[in-house]
Amino acid sequence: MKVQINTDRCQGHGRCYDLAPELFGDDDEGYGTVRGEGLVPPELAAKARLAAANCPEQAVELQEA
Amino acid sequence: MPGDERFSGSYRSGADRPRGTRSAVVSGPVTDWATDFSHMDPEWVADPYRIQDDLRERCPIAHTDRFGGAWLPTRYEHVAEIAYDTERFSSRAVVVSNYRPPPDVAPSGTAPPITSDPPYHHDARRLLLPAFTKSAAARQEAATRRLCHSLIDALAGRDVVDAATEYAEHIPVRVISGMLGFPPEDGPRFREFVEIMLEGVNLPPDDRMARIDTVFAYIREQIADHLADPRDDLTTYLINAELHGEKLSPRHVAGSIALLLIAGIDTTWSAIGASLWHLAKTPADRERLVAEPALIPTAIEEFLRAYAPVTMARLVTRDMTWHGVEMKADDWILLSFPAANRDPAQFDRAGEVVIDREVNRHAAFGLGVHRCVGSHLARMELRVALEVWLERVPSFTLTDPAAVTWSAGQVRGPRRVPVRIG
Repeated sequence: MKVQINTDRCQGHGRCYDLAPELFGDDDEGYGTVRGEGLVPPELAAKARLAAANCPEQAVELQEA
Repeated sequence: MPGDERFSGSYRSGADRPRGTRSAVVSGPVTDWATDFSHMDPEWVADPYRIQDDLRERCPIAHTDRFGGAWLPTRYEHVAEIAYDTERFSSRAVVVSNYRPPPDVAPSGTAPPITSDPPYHHDARRLLLPAFTKSAAARQEAATRRLCHSLIDALAGRDVVDAATEYAEHIPVRVISGMLGFPPEDGPRFREFVEIMLEGVNLPPDDRMARIDTVFAYIREQIADHLADPRDDLTTYLINAELHGEKLSPRHVAGSIALLLIAGIDTTWSAIGASLWHLAKTPADRERLVAEPALIPTAIEEFLRAYAPVTMARLVTRDMTWHGVEMKADDWILLSFPAANRDPAQFDRAGEVVIDREVNRHAAFGLGVHRCVGSHLARMELRVALEVWLERVPSFTLTDPAAVTWSAGQVRGPRRVPVRIG
């Protein structure tokens, strides 16, 4: 699985980096960023789905491998 | 720099007031919620959810002639569509009243960036964002926790206390006054300012504006004090900030400070108070959070969904037919995130408080470009306030549900929450 953030939609609510800090961080203005290449190890797949399901702007995008 | 000439005039005083449009004050009880709604009506103040749930079923975009004409959408999809459509719905004014500021307050509006539209909004907002990231909020956490403990310490020996006036209210007042560099002992005045700005909305416009002038007189004093004695806080930061290569206008500086002061206090106070009110009347949820403090962040999101404090407003920019209703330019939109958050089309068990709800795409902090700039700070304050209260006061109950009172207007929260803690 891979995660990415649609930067046109992200408004910096921070639900992704609250819920899955292993996968997401924030920039100097609070917008979400993807750590590394966005590859999700199997043990973090549930957290990635939780982050996507809780983004108010639907900016967290998942690509199932 | 004491010689800064920008701030030498009477900016944001009565003499500096834009002309705007006034409408007649309509008061008295609501006759029909679909055609005559008022968010100032005692029935709405006591319980807006029953009214909103009913409207969502039978008249999802309600109207009123009050305030010179306003619409109330109650479906999540409509609220979201308006929040995302900054072309047809302007933020030139965001508090419904009997006064509409003139178009020439653009592009900043009177309290930038909340009253700014794109593209100006984007740059005005960027000035504030770095001070309100999650890590910036984390730097306030230790002091916030100490404050919460000191507030509980002060309740020692009492059987009945007020969770709103003796606890919730003080937390955001102290945090935001510290960030702005305002005297902490001025807290009671900030509470008065909040009432002026957010609850005095149905006064005759000139009376309302005379009261608002007193808020800006205070802010001018604070700016003057910071010009004479610059320090490391948001007020000095805004005085020195540059936008598009120029220092901000004095109106912009004062307007942004007013925004941070008002929006930073009333909203968080309301969210903390509503959460404690819920826990005081719901022993099962209270006991579960005492036993499982790790669940508090999840529960907070549910409290924010179910008791979202903030309703925003927009002004319609042109005559148009919108989802079957005839909107006119300068009609108000009462943009109810609380109503959106209880739409059963968006949330399972929308009317229930489910403290372990895992999927919670609520809109309590808004949607789109105007997402609450203080949301990370608010979440930190709410979490620390609940963690400390539940640790120190694990058992508490409402003394009298009828004694709980709620604020009127666009920010909803309990103003009296008497609880038995002894």
